[in-house]
Parts: sequence; C-alpha cells; structure tokens
Amino acid sequence: MTTVPVSFSVNGTPYDLHVEPRRLLSDALRHDLRLTGTHVGCEHGVCGACTVLVDGDPVRSCLLFAVTLDGAEITTVEGCCAPSGGMGPVQQAFHECHALQCGFCTPGFVTTVTAYLCDHRDPTRAEAREAVSGNLCRCTGYVNIVSAVQRAAELTAGLTAEDRS
Amino acid sequence: MTTRLFGERVPRVEDPRLVTGNGRFLDDLGHDALEAAFVRSPHAHARIVDIDVSEALDVEGLVAIYTYDDLDGRTGEALPLLIPHPTLTHGRTPHALARDEVNHVGEAVVMVVATSRYVAEDAAERVRVEYDFLPAVVGIEAARAAEELVHDDVPGNLAARMVQQTGDADAAVDAAPNLLELDLEIERSASMPLEGKGVLARWDPDDESLLVHTSTQTSTSVRQALAAKLGLPVDRVEVVTPDVGGGFGVKIVHPWPEEILVPWAAIRLGRPVKWTEDRREHFVSSAHERGQLHHVRVGYDDEGVLAGLSVRFWHDNGAYVPYGLIVPIITSTQLLGPYKPGVYRVEFDSLYTNTVLVTPYRGAGRPQGCYVMERVMDAIAAERGIDRTVVRERNFIRPEEMPYDHGLIFQDGRPLLYDSGDYPATLAKLKKLVGWDGFEAYREQARAEGRRVGIGLACYVEGTGVGPYEGGHIRVETDGTVVVSTGLTTQGQGHRTMLAQIVADELGVPFDRVRVTTGDTRRFKYAVGTFASRTAVMSGSAVALTARSVRDKALTIAAEALEVDVEDLEVVDGHVRVKGSPSSSIDLGAVAVLSNPLRYAFDEAAARATQFAAPADPEKPPVGPGEQPGLEGSDYYSPPRSTFANGMHAVVVETDPDTAEIRVLRYCVVHDCGTLVNPMLVEGQIHGGVAQGVGGALYERMEYAPDGQLLNASFMDFLMPYASEVPEVEIDHLVTPSPLNPLGVKGAGEAGVIPGAAAIASAIEDAEGLTITRMPISPSELFALRAAHRKETP
Repeated sequence: MTTVPVSFSVNGTPYDLHVEPRRLLSDALRHDLRLTGTHVGCEHGVCGACTVLVDGDPVRSCLLFAVTLDGAEITTVEGCCAPSGGMGPVQQAFHECHALQCGFCTPGFVTTVTAYLCDHRDPTRAEAREAVSGNLCRCTGYVNIVSAVQRAAELTAGLTAEDRS
Repeated sequence: MTTRLFGERVPRVEDPRLVTGNGRFLDDLGHDALEAAFVRSPHAHARIVDIDVSEALDVEGLVAIYTYDDLDGRTGEALPLLIPHPTLTHGRTPHALARDEVNHVGEAVVMVVATSRYVAEDAAERVRVEYDFLPAVVGIEAARAAEELVHDDVPGNLAARMVQQTGDADAAVDAAPNLLELDLEIERSASMPLEGKGVLARWDPDDESLLVHTSTQTSTSVRQALAAKLGLPVDRVEVVTPDVGGGFGVKIVHPWPEEILVPWAAIRLGRPVKWTEDRREHFVSSAHERGQLHHVRVGYDDEGVLAGLSVRFWHDNGAYVPYGLIVPIITSTQLLGPYKPGVYRVEFDSLYTNTVLVTPYRGAGRPQGCYVMERVMDAIAAERGIDRTVVRERNFIRPEEMPYDHGLIFQDGRPLLYDSGDYPATLAKLKKLVGWDGFEAYREQARAEGRRVGIGLACYVEGTGVGPYEGGHIRVETDGTVVVSTGLTTQGQGHRTMLAQIVADELGVPFDRVRVTTGDTRRFKYAVGTFASRTAVMSGSAVALTARSVRDKALTIAAEALEVDVEDLEVVDGHVRVKGSPSSSIDLGAVAVLSNPLRYAFDEAAARATQFAAPADPEKPPVGPGEQPGLEGSDYYSPPRSTFANGMHAVVVETDPDTAEIRVLRYCVVHDCGTLVNPMLVEGQIHGGVAQGVGGALYERMEYAPDGQLLNASFMDFLMPYASEVPEVEIDHLVTPSPLNPLGVKGAGEAGVIPGAAAIASAIEDAEGLTITRMPISPSELFALRAAHRKETP
C-alpha cells in the first residue's frame, strides 16, 4: 500500500514519517517511533490507555490516523517526565499514592491528568474522580488514582512556585 | 540499624519504569517480528466443510497461512486437560486450530502470518471458510435439557457430576423445624485485564533453542507444555513473562492455542513471530467465568441455626474444560464460608455449552458460593425476623474451634481444614466500621428526604496459598547486590517490592540492594504459577527460607574471616559484624568474594579470593565437602494444605424510587489475611477486588444470543466500571496469623471481589423489601422486579 508523508513533533522532537493512510497514530508512535509507553487496551476509544496529548488536548491515539496529525505537537507519557528524565509530578503522585498496579492503563491516566491539571489547579476529590472517569483501570478500583490526581495538583503547584522563586 | 520492612508501606520498586512509559509489555517487544492474525469461527457450532485460501495468497506481505492439516506431530493433538479429576469423565479440550468442528464463536480456524498485523488481517479477511451449521447449545437451561449436544460423544452435555457430603443432609433438612428452598442464579463475567494475551517467539537455528515471551501467569508450565507439544528438549526452551497488564485468572490457562502456534510458526519460518490479542479476540477466544444456577434446601432451628444444607448446582463450563473442575469444586467447598452448615451435601453438574470456555476469574467460584450462602443467611433472617448479623453470628465457627475440619476435600486435593480465624471479631469490627446498629436512624432520615437506602453484608472464607510448592533463589553479588528469583509470575501485584521486603529483613540488607525477578525460566525453572492468592504465602515463604540459608552461609564464611564464633555474629545493613563490636565487620559483598575461591583476579575484589591472597589451611580443599562456591542458595516452601483468609463486607446502597438506579454510597471491608507484608499493597488488592465485585454485581455480564453470538464483545457494551461507578472503600484489618507458614501470612489477592455480589444483593433487598435471587442486577431489572412485586402484593 502507498505511504504518505506526515510531519509532527512528539515530546518536542520533530519527526518526518512516511506511513500508510490507514496507520493508526497509536501504531505509529509505538512501532514506528518505538515510544511504547502509549498502550492500546481496546482499539475502539473506550479504555483510554492510548491517550496522548495533541496540542495539549487529550485524544485517543487508537482512533486517529497518523496522517491526520501533520504539524501537530504530540505529548506521550514519555513526555510527562521531569526535565531530568525522572518522574514528573503526575508520575510521582501515582507512585506515592500506589495509584497503579499492572501499569498498563497508567500512561493514559498520566497524560489525561497532566492535561486536566493545566486548567484545574486544585480539584476537590469529587472533581478529581470526575477527571479520570473516562479511563478504565481493572486493577486499582480507582481509589488511589483519585488520590493521585489531588497529590499531583499539589506537586504541580509546588513546582510552579519553585519556578516563580 | 536496619529498619524492619515487614509490615511497612514500602513504595513500589516497580513504579518508576511503569509510570514513565518504560514498562515492557508483550507488544512493546519484537517490533521487527512477523505478526500473526487468526480467522476465527463466526458461528457457535458448525462443521468445517472447506477452507479456501486462494484469494488471500495475493496479499503483498503474506508469509504463511496454516490450517489444522498443517499441524504436525503433537501440535495436532488436542490441547492438554490441565487438571484431571476422577469425576471429570467427559473432559474435552480444543485443538490449536479447529479440526473438523467449531464449538464457540471465536474458536481459531486459520492462522495467518505476515509482515505486519495490518497485512495479516488483510489476508485473514480473504480466507473463505465454508461451514455446515449445527444447533447451538447456549445457557444452562439448554445444556441441561440436552436436546442438542455440544460434543456428539458427551451425553447430556455433562462433563462431570460431583458429590461431596458429610452425611444425609436432606434428612437433616427435612427433620429441622424450619425449611427454605431457594433458586439462585449468577451470570457470566470475565477477568478482562486491560492487556490481552500475547506471544512473541524467537527460534535460534544455530543454537537450536526457542525463546518465548508470553503474557502468562505461569511461565514454567508454559515452558514444559511447549517442549512437549513442539517435540523439543526442555532445556532448549525458555519462557519469559515481560510486564503483564493484568491477569485476574485468565492468563493461568495454558498453553493457549496461540502459545503453541506462534512458536511453532517461528520455528518453521526461522523468523521471530508475534501475536497480540485484540479486545474482540479477548472477549470471544479467551475465557469467562461465574455463570451458575443453584438450588438450595436448608433446614434450621427457630434461632436460625443451621441443621442441614443441601445444595445442587449447575456450572456452565463453556465449550471445553482445559482447566478441569476447579471453579465448581471451589464453589462447592468455599460456599460454607465462616459457617457450620450442620449436615452438608453438595452436588454439581459441569455442563458444556457452545460458548467461550470457563476458567478461573479472580475469586474462582467463591463469589458464587458466597452469594449462595449469604442469600441463605438473609433468607433465614427474614423468615425468622432476626437481625442479619445475629443469624450469621449464631452460625459462625468459633475461634476456639480452630483448626476446623469441614470433612470435605478442597481444590488442592487436601482436607478443607481452616487453620485460623476469628469470625466474631471480624463481624464486630465490620458492624462498628459501617455503623450497623445506627443504620435505622439513617434510613429514617433518608426516608424523610424522599430517599431510599439499604444496608447489606456478606462474609467469606478464602482458601489461599494453594500448593504444591514455590521456590526461591538468592545470590549475593560481590558488589553486595542481592539478586532474588522466584519462578511464579507477576501481573501488577507488586511482588518485587513485597518479596524484596522479606529478603531485606531476613538477610539484613538495605532494601535498595535487593533486585527481584519473577516469571523468567532462565532464572528459575521450578514453579507453579500465580493464582489462588498464593504469592505472599508460597514465594514469600520460599524466599524467606532461602534468605535464612544464605544468611547462615554468610555467617559461616565471615566467622572464618573475622576469626570469631558464628554465634557472635549478626548481619546488619549489609554487613556481618561482631555483636557489641560493630567496628569488627565485613560487608556481604566481601563475603561473596570470599565464598568463591579463585585463580584469576579479573578485578580488584576478585583478587582477595585468589590462591595467594589469603592464608588458608593447605590440607583442606578450597571448597569443602558439602559446600558450594558463591554466596547463594535455593529453598522451597511446600505447605501441607491451604491457609484460610477471611473477611466481611458491608454496603450501603441508594435506589432511586422512580428510575431504579442503584448507587453504592458506602463500601466497608474488614479483612483478615494474617500478617501483612505491605499493607499498602494489600489495600490496593482489596480496592481492585471491590471494583470488580461492584462490576459483577451491577454492570458486567456476557450477553449471549440464543444462537451463541456474544452481543456485547467490546468495552462499549460490556460495562466495566469507571471511577464514576466505584465507591470509596473503607478498610479495617484484623490479623490472625496463619500457623502453617514461617511468615504467618495468608493470601490477599482475590478477597476483595468475593462478597461483592452477595453484599450488594443484600443491600438492595434491604432497600427495596423484595427478594433478589439473580445477579448482576441492572436498574431495568430492578424496575421489573418492583412491578412484579407490586402485582404479587397489591
């Protein structure tokens, strides 16, 4: 099948790819760019494990064709790390709160929460629960994920304060 | 001083990789491998007349197409019946690719291998399979009626009939002052891990060896099965579990057809081959569980104390029984929970249907058993007008009656003998936690606001830590790193953290020096697998025993080096030191160097162990009789029988008086799994189990059409709970150590899910004042129940 050129950036790195028009963004990220942190749990946009940020907005990468992303800035779970390469604030919060078990769904939660916290600095527990209610997790029962959203908000606020000082 | 880690909420060592996207799950490997796709039966029951692959052959990138006729040697035989049982008189298992007949939608018929999954699916879509339709047997009723048969040579669709009894239960029931009969049904659900199955096989023709990565709960047994099926010497096969995205039981079954076919194709093609299960495949070609119908006769006195219990139930085992009768055996034994049943008899039929096969899903038959027994307790309480907690209390096994022998045989072939537990204390804690005695005031207050609420509870006992054994291997490297291996696998439970806590304590080393590997046959070859809440009990005990033996070895070597008595030494913070004189010490890395007498000084540390470096008795061999080089050891733990954890859950629900929407307002858990290695991990297991329990009670079911089509085989239609459906979970622990193992632990992995359907049924019944006999229950079903109830009681 013929391939089509497409250019986008992932976690700040520009890529020029040639992909089949039918190639899903999730497959392009995982198998062409080998950024395997983005996981595919259902292939029909329900579970949220494949969530990445496109120009800052959370989207299901299993429902997008890679060729439609020309010019986009994409952020995956790998891009949610600290500048040092260690755990970023949302990842740190998931670790501290035991908000993951098998870790398969976690990348989708990390990206979703990262986007959410950009415009929700101090969510209540109910708001935190609502924020993650579009992602499926089969291991944790969500209790600690909800806690992690709030903890991530605290850690993010701390980082922002550091930036200011 | 080394801080004791056993019992501490140690953060997980697994997390940094997983949260940053650096986990390595099956489909994260083998980017350059060929990929497989399968043509699966679209029919529930049919004979295969012809397979025409001609159209598929033109697809660019196609590498191979295989049907049953291509399978040579033992790959063409039926897959193994993993757990035989004398009563399983008609056990049937599938072939890796369907031979002449398909018995459920989703059964693999043709395997396609191509340069990518996209191409493999292009080709699969062009394969034409001609079928002769046969009538489908769907549901327990049709299986029992047996007007049509799933397998021609299995009369009555009956795989097995099994009876266990402690006496003439029906006579005891009939002689009792009061008698109740109940019909109780529970529907199918499934483990449904977020990651499906997957296999990657690499054949090295030069080395004549096979390396297989598979998303399994038992790598050691997959290895044995592969060697047998593929006709390879076992020592040419290694099986590794990468990160596994959840299991919950479905991945203990093995070898799956794809686990045979993918390595088989890799060997034939001389190239790596990979298959990653997609979600629809997981729905229609993995396994389900839970579907059972029960008829109960119970006799009891005026106080509600049981005199006799007679249970007859029908278990829908799907099209095949590769995992034997484990699920119904567990239901039939664990149904008893914390109670003394009087005289007990249980009889079950395990029945074939033209649906996906049934194998353990977290809880494995216990949720059904618990649901039956707890419905019985609620029915007796209602009939006698006694508080539901009081009826339960009156039937409890008392702590002073432990160990308690039920006189039955459990799933491990050993007596159903409870080792310990304090059920009245557990119940007292639960009543306090949920505020049982104050609930009527809350109900009145809610009623005044126009709201309808109810409270329910359920109790369970869970046999955990099933044998036969697990082992551990520990080696202290010369840099002081402690390398631990155990053969069983991990699917997210935090085993590496939990086992490292145990080893760090037992060996006396800092936690961050310990590295644990699970489920890699290159590292440890003898193991059973991860199921039945057994890792902390089995591998936890095994690594503890191993650490003790390695510690002893370190003390012996250090005693010689420091020229002191072994009795005068202790290991603290990775150093062997003289008690009371900490300056006289040697670190474990140095002990490891000394443990391995060397000729060659390949590095500075090694130089200390070479033949001219240290004074030695010239008359003694450098490695004495009975000694082995290296600071390492292996040990195994094999218990006489299972250990029995228990717990009790209470639920407060609100039901909408108009729409019948059901909301769980509070979910309280009191849990006794003996001593806790890491309470944070145990609570995580409970949270996850509770969510699955809520799902199984209110949302999840497999909707089979009468023709055997699974109508809701997607996450859009099979309703797994999101965060918006799962309540906060309030937990209290009771610790009754197990006397059976060196750590006093009992299993914790499955407990959270067991009483979910039972407790929620109890709460809805309490809110509504009508009888619940069928779970899960949806708002529309509750609405219909209300209408029927109004008709009955105008």
